[in-house]
Amino acid sequence: MRGYNMDLLNLIAAKANYWTYIILMMVGFYALIAKNNLVKKIVGMTIFQTAVLLFYVSMSTKKGGTIPILHHGETTSLDPGHVSALVNVADYVNPLPHVLMLTAIVVGVATLGVALSLAIKVYKTYGTLEEDEINLQLRNG
Amino acid sequence: MKILGRVTVILCGLLLLVYVGEFPDFADPQSPASTHVSPYYIQNALEDTAVPNLVTAILADYRGYDTMFEATVIFTAGLACFFLMRLPKKEERVVFYRHRATGVTLRIDDCGAVPKDTQAFHRIDSQWVPRDLIIRSTTRLLIPFVQIYALYVLAHGHHSPGGGFQAGVVLGASIILLAISQDLRSAISKIKEKTLGILSSLGVLIYAGTGFLCLLLGESFLDYGALASLLGTDRVMARSHGILIVEVGVAMAVMSVLIWIYYNLSSAGKQDEGL
Amino acid sequence: MLNTFPAIIIVVPLLAALLIAGISFIDRRACFPIGVAALLISFAGAVAMLVNVVSTGVAMEYRFGGWAGPMGIVYVIDHLSALVLVVITGIALVNLVSSRQTIIDELKEKDGAFVALYLLFTAGLVGMTATGDAFNLYVLLEITSLSGYALIGLGSERAPLASLKYLFLGTIGATFYLVGVGYLYIATGSLNMVDLATIIPGLMDSGVILFAFIFCMTGLFVKMAMFPVHGWLPGAYSEASSPAAGLIAPLTTKVMIYILIRICLSVFSVEYVFANLDVGQIMVWLAIATIVFGSVSALAQTNYRRMLTYIIIAEVGYMVGGFFLGNKMGMSGAMLHIVNDAVMTLCLFMVAGIVVNRMKTDDRDGFKGLFRSMPFTMAGFVLAALSIIGVPPTCGFFSKWYLILGGVAAGNYWFVAALIFSSLVNAVLFFRLFEIAYFEPFGDDHHGESPGAGAVGIKEAPMIMLLPFLAVSFLLIVLGVYSGRIVTNIIYFAIPGGII
Repeated sequence: MRGYNMDLLNLIAAKANYWTYIILMMVGFYALIAKNNLVKKIVGMTIFQTAVLLFYVSMSTKKGGTIPILHHGETTSLDPGHVSALVNVADYVNPLPHVLMLTAIVVGVATLGVALSLAIKVYKTYGTLEEDEINLQLRNG
Repeated sequence: MKILGRVTVILCGLLLLVYVGEFPDFADPQSPASTHVSPYYIQNALEDTAVPNLVTAILADYRGYDTMFEATVIFTAGLACFFLMRLPKKEERVVFYRHRATGVTLRIDDCGAVPKDTQAFHRIDSQWVPRDLIIRSTTRLLIPFVQIYALYVLAHGHHSPGGGFQAGVVLGASIILLAISQDLRSAISKIKEKTLGILSSLGVLIYAGTGFLCLLLGESFLDYGALASLLGTDRVMARSHGILIVEVGVAMAVMSVLIWIYYNLSSAGKQDEGL
Repeated sequence: MLNTFPAIIIVVPLLAALLIAGISFIDRRACFPIGVAALLISFAGAVAMLVNVVSTGVAMEYRFGGWAGPMGIVYVIDHLSALVLVVITGIALVNLVSSRQTIIDELKEKDGAFVALYLLFTAGLVGMTATGDAFNLYVLLEITSLSGYALIGLGSERAPLASLKYLFLGTIGATFYLVGVGYLYIATGSLNMVDLATIIPGLMDSGVILFAFIFCMTGLFVKMAMFPVHGWLPGAYSEASSPAAGLIAPLTTKVMIYILIRICLSVFSVEYVFANLDVGQIMVWLAIATIVFGSVSALAQTNYRRMLTYIIIAEVGYMVGGFFLGNKMGMSGAMLHIVNDAVMTLCLFMVAGIVVNRMKTDDRDGFKGLFRSMPFTMAGFVLAALSIIGVPPTCGFFSKWYLILGGVAAGNYWFVAALIFSSLVNAVLFFRLFEIAYFEPFGDDHHGESPGAGAVGIKEAPMIMLLPFLAVSFLLIVLGVYSGRIVTNIIYFAIPGGII
């Protein structure tokens, strides 16, 4: 029993970022599919995308690593081989997921902008943002 | 629908959580993601591009093609908001004026040509509040410093966290601050929509154009080393300068698009009154 | 020069779109010619690359920024990508030229922005087809989606709601794909497709790779409107304006199917998908459900364009089912059907555009008496209808034939039954339209323009819409006649050697 408890604790502690991302993603996904109000769906979509950002950035960390900007002392000479001999890879976190997520953030903002414009147009046509009222108007008119 | 949603979400979440044990540990330096391709970036980025900020080097050089499309995405969003929402300029119907001295408001129905503001009267929005002295003075003091900070972020993208996108957002925020604290019309009079449309496409054109120039000079698209002959430096410094050039283009595009989207969203396409 | 074409076919539409968006604020008349010129250059480049790849038999590779993969982004043009590139650029070009009048009439001041979004959409599709980097595919997918949402959103009165529904489901699909790429990265450390293909065989029992596969597939299924996540397609494609529908409907789902094929064949290898995971049977059942659902729903529609959208859903089922049958005939049928279905759908949506232009309605009743008043349009429409039903020598027959042969070879007789059922339903649908068009009296909404007792003059579509349309319908026969050559010279090279 104790061994099982230790394993579970270890599982939660060592993979904490995955638990967080999955729970956050499910919260956003639920809001996106189950809520009635269009703007609440848009908020859910944003939470959904933010969870994925969290996932990528959390996979780039390293224990004991610092931000991916080379320290001043190592940038004195640009001779080939000079810098790569001095730099210890484990000192800097993985920069690639940060780059990918910069792109994903911009894509999320762009989608948010277009979604809000469409929501404004829907509001102007139907006078409401609740999906059931809109469906009622569609069925009747 | 809500029950179906809850069931789907719980099933999905459980399915994902079951396999969590197979993932690499959090912050493990020996995970496959940290040992396969990224050591090359960490060790060689400075020699290849003369840029200590590894994120900027990867963003604008190694994966610069992705970043060009990222700038295109934000440009597409601005264009899409304009395309969807912009209403054609119409003759003004109902216009409000206020007498500065007494505070009396006038409402003009069926206004054809809008009279200009004079000493005695000035035009107000339909939901006007008296301008607060504190807000007016603070924003007027702050905005120039915000813009200088944005330019600092742009220029120091090579050495500290920053770069084109961040600078563009801060620049856009400074103009949106003006639009929020005063009114949309004063912001539009300072930066018109036509300027924003042209600036945004110009910004992304700088990025794509630099790449196309490298193509025309005989190298690959977005291979900044080709600019070495034009800029008069060696290939490594040419990459560093190429990164700065495209970051400037990106900052221009992001700033214009953010302000453009704000103009269209806050006035629902009419661009006469804002929030 | 030829080795720069992979970059040129995507950079030229992108630059043209940016130029057009800027110039549209200054002078709007220059927008359309620049757009057509850019698409023409892209089309010429795609054809040149196809000829090159077929004659040399070697895939073309292009390194952006001068960096080799997996450090940088690499484009790879092999047989299948070159074929799909020709289809994409050709359809975009023909649709833009034939919709010129409709764009000017319906969109007035925003025609510059429309052409810019059109070109961005095409550039996104071209990039998605040619790319060899998994994350680059996501960015281009989002460009295509965003311009698609905007193009659809400005249509009829219900268009913004349909586009918003498309946006929600499309974002779910794209984000699932992004999660799948993230899982692949976590397990392997690379984003380059060729690099992934070398690492994944060593990780076949990993749960992370399994979930990467599931997420990527689910995301793509949402974007290609498989049953049961097809809910966005009927609304989005039927409420859009005719030029937008003519671009988006033939291309989006087919390119998503191409990406599915690319990911299954080139990233997760054939051994993983068919031998290790053995998902073929489940996918074929899903495809059968899609075909049956699409065909039955099409029967219930009275609006012509909505009927077409359900037929598109059924066609998606053909291609996915054909691919997951797992044998050479089935895969060839699926790949050939990508080309054929794109051209057939373009033809049918162009008919919708012509009918909307003349009769101002896209309901089934708009077809009344059209055989007499628009004989040329109806001739092309008959060809397209025969192709969808699957009558030789049109191209639709040949791809269906390969699919049926593949189903028989795999022993999957339910799939063959679904294909035949769908052909019968299509026959019912289109012969119903023929009946309305031939036997019903010409019912136009002419206000007082009475043509005289009994004699109805020929009121054809404008030349600029009619000529491209007739060329496309003639292409259906040409594609049919050359099907064998296309399959043996191009498609057989795209199928990995292990498939029989």
